Amino acid sequence: MSTVNIIDFVYLISAVLFMLGIKNLSSPATAKLGNKLSMSGMAVAIIATLASPDMNGYIMIILAIGIGAGVGGYAAKKVEMTSMPEMVALFNGCGGAASALVAMAEFSGHTGAFANFTLITLLLSIIIGGLTFTGSIIAYTKLQGIISTRPITYPFQQVVNGGIVLLTLLLAWVVFNDPSSTFSFFLIIILSLALGVLAVIPIGGADMPVIVSLLNSYSGLAVSMTGFALNNNALIIVGSLVGASGLFLTMIMCNAMNRSLANVLFGAFGAIDESAQDAGEGPTGSMKGFEVEDVAIALENAESLIIVPGYGMAAAQAQHVTRELGDYLTEEGVDVRYAIHSVAGRMPGHMNVLLAEADVSYDQLYAMEDINDDFATTDVVLVIGANDVVNPAANTNPSSPIYGMPILEVDKAKTVVVLKRSMNVGFAGIENELFFRDNTMMLFGDAKASIQSLLSAIKK
Amino acid sequence: METGTIIIGLTIFVLACFAGAELISKVPQTLHTPLMSGSNAISGIAILGALIATGRPESINAESLLGFLAVIFATINVVGGYMVTDRMLQMFKKKKRKKKNK
Repeated sequence: MSTVNIIDFVYLISAVLFMLGIKNLSSPATAKLGNKLSMSGMAVAIIATLASPDMNGYIMIILAIGIGAGVGGYAAKKVEMTSMPEMVALFNGCGGAASALVAMAEFSGHTGAFANFTLITLLLSIIIGGLTFTGSIIAYTKLQGIISTRPITYPFQQVVNGGIVLLTLLLAWVVFNDPSSTFSFFLIIILSLALGVLAVIPIGGADMPVIVSLLNSYSGLAVSMTGFALNNNALIIVGSLVGASGLFLTMIMCNAMNRSLANVLFGAFGAIDESAQDAGEGPTGSMKGFEVEDVAIALENAESLIIVPGYGMAAAQAQHVTRELGDYLTEEGVDVRYAIHSVAGRMPGHMNVLLAEADVSYDQLYAMEDINDDFATTDVVLVIGANDVVNPAANTNPSSPIYGMPILEVDKAKTVVVLKRSMNVGFAGIENELFFRDNTMMLFGDAKASIQSLLSAIKK
Repeated sequence: METGTIIIGLTIFVLACFAGAELISKVPQTLHTPLMSGSNAISGIAILGALIATGRPESINAESLLGFLAVIFATINVVGGYMVTDRMLQMFKKKKRKKKNK
C-alpha cells in the first residue's frame, strides 16, 4: 500500500467519524459524544495530511495553526450565547474564505495543463467561497446592527446582481479557455466578493437566520468543489454533509415562515410597507398596559403556564430570570412548559441554547407541533419578546405579509401576558393584533427588569 | 483527470449528500444551533487542502502564502466552531424534576 493509499484510508475513517458525530446529535444525551467524535475525525485527517512525505514548510504551518487556533479559540470562549448567530456567521465566512484561498493556491501552484473538470471546480470553489466570505460578513454586520437591518434596495437591483453573475460566469469561461489570463482571474475574485455583499444587503434582518444557514450550505459546496479539484475524497464527503445540513435548516426555516427560498432571497421582506396600514388593515382598539401586580396575580392563580420566548428575551439577556420565574412557579405547583417556534430568535434552535444556558431542563422545551393543541387548555401564556411567531394575523388576515405562516396559537389561551419593550412593531415591521385583544395583558419594559419585578411581586 | 476519477468523485458526492440529509433530518429542533455550528466546524476540513498548499512547495511562493492564509482561516473555523459547539452542548442538561406531580 502506498502512502497515498494510507492517507486516503485515514480520510475514510475520519469521514465515518464525522457521520457518527452528526448521528449522535439526534439526542441531547449523546450530542457531546457526537461533537467529540467529529473533533477526532478532524484531528485524524489533519495528522495524516501533515505526516504525508512531501510536506515542507512546517514552521509556516505551525504558525498559521497557532494564529487560527488563538483567534478561533478566543472568540469561542468569549462569545455570549445570545450572539451565537453572529459568531456562526463569522466562522462560516472563514470557512468560505479558506476554500477560495485553497483553490487560488492550487491555481497558482499547478504545473502543466489543467484538466477541464479541475478548472471548472476550482473556479466554482473561488466564486462560491468568495461570496460566502463577504455574504457572511454582511450577515454578521446586520445581526450586530452595525448596518441597517432593513433591506437595502435600489432600482434595478436584481438586474444589476443578475448582470454581475453573468459577467462572473463569462469571465470564468475566459479563464477556462485560457488559464493564463490573470486579469480575468483577479476580476472573478473581486466580483465574487462583491456578489456576496450585493446578494445579502437587500435581505431584511428577520431573514438573516435563513441566510446564515444558506451560506453554511454554500461553504459546504465550496469545500466539495475544492475536493473535486484536489481529488480529495475527505473534502468531497464533508462538503456534501455540510451542504446538506445547511440546506436542510434553510428549508425548515422557510417552511416555518411559509415562504419560498426565492421570496427570502429576492422579496426584500421587512421593507417598510405603508399600504397595509393605510388601507385600514391595522388592528383597532388600544393596547392595555398593565401593572406588574396585576400580572403577578394572574400568574399566581394559574395552574398551567406556557412560556414563549423570542428574540426580546435574548436581547435583554433575560433567560436566567426567566428560568428563575419558571422554577419558582413550578415549585408553587404550576405546570410550567416552554414553547419554541422554529424561527424564534436569530437562528434555528437559538432559544433552546439560551434556555439550556440558563439551566432549563431540555424536556421542558416543546416544539410548536408538540404544544400547539395545548394552548386552548392553558391558563396563562407568557410571551417574552416574541412577536411575529405569535401573531394571529398569520391565520386570519390574508392581506398580512405573514399570512399562512404556522404560528404558536397563544391567543387561544385564557390569558396572554406579553412582555414587550415598547409599543413599536417587531423586527419584521408588522402590527400584531394579539396585543389589542381583550384577554391580552401587556407589560411594557425591558424583559429582564419586568421578569425580576414580577418575581419579587409573586414572592411577596 | 480521467473520466473514471470524476465519476467516482461524483458518486461519492451524491451518496454523501443523501447520507447527510438522512442523518441531519434526525436532529431535533433543540439541537439545531449546535448542528449548525458543528457542521460549520466540519466545513473547516478545507484545512487539509490548505495544509497541502502550504507544505507542498519547497520554498515560499504564492501558493504557499495563499495556503498559509487558508490555514489561518480554516483553523479559526475548525477550532472556533468545535469549541463553541462544545460550550453549547455542555449546557444541555436534563434535570431531575423533583416537583413533577404536585
